Amino acid sequence: MSISTHIQRLWSFPGGLKLDGRKQLSNEGPIESAEIPRLLEISLSQHIGHPTEAVVKVGDNVKKGQLIGHAEGTVSAPVHASSSGTVTAIEERLVPHPSGLPALCVIIETDGYDRWDNCTPLISLDDPQHKNLHALSAEQITDKVAEAGIVGLGGALYPSAAKLETARKKATDTLIINAAECEPYITCDDALMHNRPEEIILGILLIKKIVGARYCLIGIEDNKPEAFKALSDAIAGYERAIHEHCEQTIEIIQVPTRYPAGGEKQLIQVLTGKEVPTQGLPMDIGIICHNITTAATVYQAVYRGEPLVSRIVTITGGAIKKPQNMEVAIGTSIREIMDQAGWDKNKVDKIIMGGPMMGFALPSIDVPVTKATNCILVSEPGELATPPPAMPCIRCSRCADSCPMSLLPQQMYWYAKARDLEKIHDYNIFDCIECGCCSYVCPSNIPLVQYFRYAKNEIWDDERERNKANLARERHEFRQERLEKMKKAREEAARLRKEKLAKKKAEEKQKAAGGDGEKSPASSHADLIQEAIARSKAKKAQQQAQKRNTENLTEAQQRQVDEAEQRRRGKH
Amino acid sequence: MLWGILAIIALAALFGLLLGLASVVFKVESSPVVDQIDALLPQTQCGQCSYAGCRPYAEAIAAGEAPINLCPPGGENTVQALADLLDVEVLPLEEEEEAHEGPIVAVIIEELCIGCTLCIQDCPVDAIIGAAKQMHTVIESECTGCELCVPPCPVDCIEMVPIKQTITTWHWPEPQYDVNHTPTGNIFTTIDQLLAENAHP
Repeated sequence: MSISTHIQRLWSFPGGLKLDGRKQLSNEGPIESAEIPRLLEISLSQHIGHPTEAVVKVGDNVKKGQLIGHAEGTVSAPVHASSSGTVTAIEERLVPHPSGLPALCVIIETDGYDRWDNCTPLISLDDPQHKNLHALSAEQITDKVAEAGIVGLGGALYPSAAKLETARKKATDTLIINAAECEPYITCDDALMHNRPEEIILGILLIKKIVGARYCLIGIEDNKPEAFKALSDAIAGYERAIHEHCEQTIEIIQVPTRYPAGGEKQLIQVLTGKEVPTQGLPMDIGIICHNITTAATVYQAVYRGEPLVSRIVTITGGAIKKPQNMEVAIGTSIREIMDQAGWDKNKVDKIIMGGPMMGFALPSIDVPVTKATNCILVSEPGELATPPPAMPCIRCSRCADSCPMSLLPQQMYWYAKARDLEKIHDYNIFDCIECGCCSYVCPSNIPLVQYFRYAKNEIWDDERERNKANLARERHEFRQERLEKMKKAREEAARLRKEKLAKKKAEEKQKAAGGDGEKSPASSHADLIQEAIARSKAKKAQQQAQKRNTENLTEAQQRQVDEAEQRRRGKH
Repeated sequence: MLWGILAIIALAALFGLLLGLASVVFKVESSPVVDQIDALLPQTQCGQCSYAGCRPYAEAIAAGEAPINLCPPGGENTVQALADLLDVEVLPLEEEEEAHEGPIVAVIIEELCIGCTLCIQDCPVDAIIGAAKQMHTVIESECTGCELCVPPCPVDCIEMVPIKQTITTWHWPEPQYDVNHTPTGNIFTTIDQLLAENAHP
């Protein structure tokens, strides 16, 4: 596949929806820096994988960028302080999660100085030729990415270093940078492309260097012409650097605006015409996909040595007075940024983190911004439809027509309702990307995606329980076996004891009988002597047998032995 | 006429032979029904079914001596699965006096433990570690919550506690399919709820 085919032709994915983007609300104007709040609540699990372990104590002074949560295991990402201050508590607090359950957070009372910890960049910024990029190895960059706590900022939250490491080991020939940002309202990637296109391009070069991809494509929806232009200009500006480090240039390709074009698998399909295999990864077909914000964060880590301590958040919706994009320190309360953008309490209908299609309603507005927070949508009444009560399925199959993964939502819905997990698995529920198209088009307002999320969770739960039962069975059987063995050993010991006792008794009896005079003591004495002679003979024979190794000696060895013998004698 | 009959007989014999061979060569090895039943049981080894463990209960079901609804830890899902497997009617679960909500594990109150090893001897899955006159402790990941360690403890230092739900173990609830209920599993909380009681946890 040559790069030119990418430009000549775009493919498409099945299903999908034309949605009212409502991006103009927030996509104008610069990125404002949100104020550093008095208290930061930094969650210790902001990624997929093992939660991190706190490495600070209450009362510790921390600086911005200092490690506060240590990554556990391979799939994990460390957490850093997002401003300087004092740790006042490490406790469970509500976090933005659909469950509404609390998670362990580090609470930092900020000192207002916002002082950075020592940042050690891998490449200095005053290197206009980007010569230093040559000196860096893929391992060095990957380590820096891991150290900086970077996760997939497109929403997957998978630790980037782990993903890059796997891609590096597999043969990955195409790097796709996802700039589609297809969900309505959200403009944080758009704002980043407007304002910091150079950071993105340099970040892409770094990622490309790690995975060793030949081609690099940036996919962007055609409703962002300004971002497209900014990125194109940046690519032109860095042409020399790109040329020096890549055989192929970075292509930026506009894709038609259709939800969910920003889904990883959909974007790959549109750009390359390849389909990711069912329950597989893009790496299986030689492709790796990264979000554009992730690329910019990689740049920050390598060129400035800064870990991931802030992100751009879109704050938008009808109830927000001044919708905008803000650079927010991770751990800032959502109430703070709503206050800064201005909101009208009387107009608020729903408060959603993420977009209207895939986001979830927040359990409270006093929850912190995490690495996952791309958008806060505060809608006014009538802005977002509240689905009316669900009606029975009429088998119109609109859900199947809209499904970008070509699944059969109506079938999966029946099986989810009947809790027939095996069947729903057969219908490839794990290929569902939870984009919400099926629920959106359903004329009976059936919450299909919720059924699929529920079914997926049930399947995982079942698997977990089965694993636990298997472990318990194994341990129980092992214990039974051990008890059986112990019982046998005890019985054996008892039997031996009994036999010994019986023998002893018999001997005593014999002795007693011998005393009676059946055998003459002389003869028994003679027997004993005979026995002793036989024993001593046997012992001698054994000793001789042991001496065998001195036979068949060579002359030199014999001499050595003799000399040793003489020395021994001489000493005595 | 005769040739026709002979030909039919020959064909019948040939196909009979083929079928007979196929049934031997392509025989499907199915695991004995006891293993299949045992695989569906939760393996808590708690004995609430009045049998000595999950395996003996599976054997009793296979022999037709026990009903399928004696396993409280397995709950209704297990009864359903057993009914499907054995093609019998689903029976309502025979509840013990009190049923726990959700999974539980044993926890030893360390200040009270005298190190008598009685609980260790009764644990069916070796999930308690300790030695004589040493404090004991329960390995949480191995504990099946069978409660067999509770009665032998002379100082009542073992408590059964529910496993706490966390963000990683939480899962999406089943959507409510009810006309009177907003059917979004998505918690579209109203603003009053948002701003009121749970504002400060």
